[in-house]
Amino acid sequence: MNVSMTVNGRSVTADVEARTLLADFLRDHLSLTGTHIGCDTGQCGACTVHVNGRAIKSCSMLAAQAEGAEVVTIEGLANGEELHPMQAAFREHHGLQCGFCTPGMVMSAVDLVRNHPNASDEVIREQLEGNICRCTGYENIVRAVKAGAAAMGGK
Amino acid sequence: MADTDTKIGGSARRKEDKRFLTGHGRYTDDIDIPGQTHACFVRSPHAHARINRIDTRAASKAPGVVAVFTGEDLKADGIGGLPCGWLITDVDGNPMKEPPHPLLAQGKVRYVGDHVAIVIAETYFQARDAAELVEVDYEMLDAVVSPAKALADGQPLVHDDVPNNKCYTWALGDGDAVDAAFKKAAHVTKLDLVNNRLIPNALEPRAAVAQYSEGEDRYTLYSTSQNPHLIRLLLSAFVLNLPEHKVRIVAPDVGGGFGSKIYPYAEEATLTWASRKVGRPIKWTAERVESFLSDAHGRDHVTHCELALDDQGKFLGMRVDTKANVGAYLSTFASCVPTILYATLLAGQYTTPAIHAQVTAVFTNTAPVDAYRGAGRPEATYVVERLVGTAAREMGLSQADIRRRNFIPKDAFPYQTPVALNYDVGDYDATLTEAMKVADVDGFEKRREEAKKRGKYRGLGYSTYIEACGLAPSNIAGALGARAGLYEAGEVRLHPTGKVTVFTGSHSHGQGHETTFAQIVSDRLGIPYDDVEIVHGDTDRSAFGMGTYGSRSLAVGGSALMKAMDKIIDKGRKIAAHMLEAAESDIEYDSGTFKVAGTDKSLSMGEIAFSAYVPHNYPLETLEPGLDESAFYDPTNFTYPAGSHICEVEIDPDTGEVDVVNFTAVDDFGNVINPMIVEGQVHGGLAQGIGQALLEGCVYDDESGQLVTGTYMDYAMPRADDLPSFRVGTKNTPCTHNPLGVKGCGEAGAIGAPAAVMDAVIDALAPLGVKTLEMPATPTRVWQAIQQARGAKAA
Repeated sequence: MNVSMTVNGRSVTADVEARTLLADFLRDHLSLTGTHIGCDTGQCGACTVHVNGRAIKSCSMLAAQAEGAEVVTIEGLANGEELHPMQAAFREHHGLQCGFCTPGMVMSAVDLVRNHPNASDEVIREQLEGNICRCTGYENIVRAVKAGAAAMGGK
Repeated sequence: MADTDTKIGGSARRKEDKRFLTGHGRYTDDIDIPGQTHACFVRSPHAHARINRIDTRAASKAPGVVAVFTGEDLKADGIGGLPCGWLITDVDGNPMKEPPHPLLAQGKVRYVGDHVAIVIAETYFQARDAAELVEVDYEMLDAVVSPAKALADGQPLVHDDVPNNKCYTWALGDGDAVDAAFKKAAHVTKLDLVNNRLIPNALEPRAAVAQYSEGEDRYTLYSTSQNPHLIRLLLSAFVLNLPEHKVRIVAPDVGGGFGSKIYPYAEEATLTWASRKVGRPIKWTAERVESFLSDAHGRDHVTHCELALDDQGKFLGMRVDTKANVGAYLSTFASCVPTILYATLLAGQYTTPAIHAQVTAVFTNTAPVDAYRGAGRPEATYVVERLVGTAAREMGLSQADIRRRNFIPKDAFPYQTPVALNYDVGDYDATLTEAMKVADVDGFEKRREEAKKRGKYRGLGYSTYIEACGLAPSNIAGALGARAGLYEAGEVRLHPTGKVTVFTGSHSHGQGHETTFAQIVSDRLGIPYDDVEIVHGDTDRSAFGMGTYGSRSLAVGGSALMKAMDKIIDKGRKIAAHMLEAAESDIEYDSGTFKVAGTDKSLSMGEIAFSAYVPHNYPLETLEPGLDESAFYDPTNFTYPAGSHICEVEIDPDTGEVDVVNFTAVDDFGNVINPMIVEGQVHGGLAQGIGQALLEGCVYDDESGQLVTGTYMDYAMPRADDLPSFRVGTKNTPCTHNPLGVKGCGEAGAIGAPAAVMDAVIDALAPLGVKTLEMPATPTRVWQAIQQARGAKAA
């Protein structure tokens, strides 16, 4: 079947099997391999992208369901060479180690700030419940999200 | 970022982060090779069964299928099994039982997830669909999953020729001295402990892409590996009988390992073999459930242990008897983890004069068990520290007192323990004192009282751990049964323009070597940090290497780079002497500058490099051009990171929920290259240690041998809201025997934390009469323990 959507500001269209997940579509058809797949049960959050401005797990959505949608992946977050404030905060606060959960974590964090502009540590920890990181113990991720939120000015 | 941040000791921000943060990391599953096919493995749904027949005809005819192979095809090609890397000798002097570990099952399957066939097709979905069509006629056999049960007479045999499923019984220490110590003891503390089985769960599932190039007669394997050279060696020499120089292994960005990506597995070996059979590249990426089923698991010990003390609380002797589950087959380091990496650590930080440990390794119908973050040392620490904590409560001593009465004093180093190790340096009281200050131990009783008013129980738990890292002196390892050396290799290549490429045999999968190694090289050679690039993970680029595990990268791999840089500086001194028309002995070197002593004549490292490659004014008659040096470094001893962890918990007796309210870790890692990265490593280790204590537990059904915890729905991974904000610090004593004075920090958190958490939980519940509790201390377990204790009190 044919699907069309906007990904990182670019119109894309492709012929895919109906069962193609959005995550596989991004990775295999668009070569946007920054979106990672860490589990098969919608638990780990490594595949998180933005669809129409909301963070969703792209392994739990068919490409067909994103027909006509505006999709932003980790590759579309920076402004050219300039990192998005949340990306910069993750680097500054060592909020990543192996980097595998990182794209999903950053995409979730950006969405978190939009919904909770002045989140406390506790709220940040609760809101990141859908993203698993095995490396960092979350401590520096929480620090990064807090700093990223401040740099985003609540936007 | 200030310039000084990139020197040794500065928290340089990581070089690797930009690609990871912008989605440009390159992990194995991101790699596609033109013409590639896709593989799906047919896995055993049974824990134990005889294979009467495999019918692949329907699968072979399914759409898109390129080939289907079974164990018989591998056998026909004379393909060997997966080797074990460490020989353990039984107490009777016999070698351990080492049954074959075929890539694809031959005759029998021995655990749920065991590999039965590989289906290769044009697309992954086609391979997966066709895998469903492979008909396997299984004759089900009874399964055995618990090590204690597996040892009993009359139980199912995992391997027909291994009686009682016993791989070996091994012992260390002086049993007679221990018996004598117990005879004169004023007090004996006894515990039965289970070190719960864990599933490593690196967030990137294992993956591989294998290619055989007919024209070059050469294999290339991209693989999620912590040690590509070791994989090349084992695949070449033992598994596939390939010429080693015709095999290239690339471990690109790897999304965490924690031990689980050390070993050669059936999948990548089968893929490599099959890529030549089908004449096309083959890709395989594990689904998460496959990771749960077939990645090597960790821990899984059942232990009885006893500590003898005099009436002052001084340790006289320790006796430990452990049954270790090794799973269905011996994985690469499965035999050494519960022996060499475990029993040797039972002295802990203490002067216990007599220790005896006996370990029985047992085959069961479960996935292979091997090294997982800490590997043997968390199990040892758990035994020692639970004994110490319990003994303190039984004898009415404070947790700090009992430790201080038994610490190896800081002026007693080097210290020979009764269990083989020789600690080089440490100051255990310093980390304990600092940890108690940071954890505000003085204010604890007040907090406990305040919690009590709210109906909650508070407890404080200690763990003063030690680990042996920087694996390992090859001669010692060899004498203990290692089948490989454990040195590391490095190469430092200066380019004519003064830029530097560094090749290391260590592998970074989250540890940040591209940053810390660049700091070391930049600092030592006086070359700007941004002009240093670290290359790792490719057997065609780095000469050799043993990879990354056992907190060895900096202590061993970093030392190899220091040795290579010594050679660079020695050569540079000769070049400088010639160019500056001075005697070599008059050339002083400091941070990238060669200077004639007592003059202002000097040359920079960049100028020396240029001259080495454009040797117009150069001592050609005595010195080769070029500035590119390699070194191998074999350590003379293990390193001994140690520290004090203090955990404070609050328990809700109505729900049994344990809340870790404070966690303090003060560690001694020797010299620190990048404090930011070290702190991050500690955080991660603590999360896994707390995870083991409170959340994680791999469960196999005792009857059927089915894996009950096979997804993230069932296996409780620590999430952000499960963990506290950590307080971490260091009190360092530099390692005495490697050039950087470093000890390693990657495993410390996972080693120290479990005992601290459990001791805190028991401390909280002790007033109710709870004496011991098993990990993970889930709400159910804690609630039941509270009810039982209350019941016992009422009765």
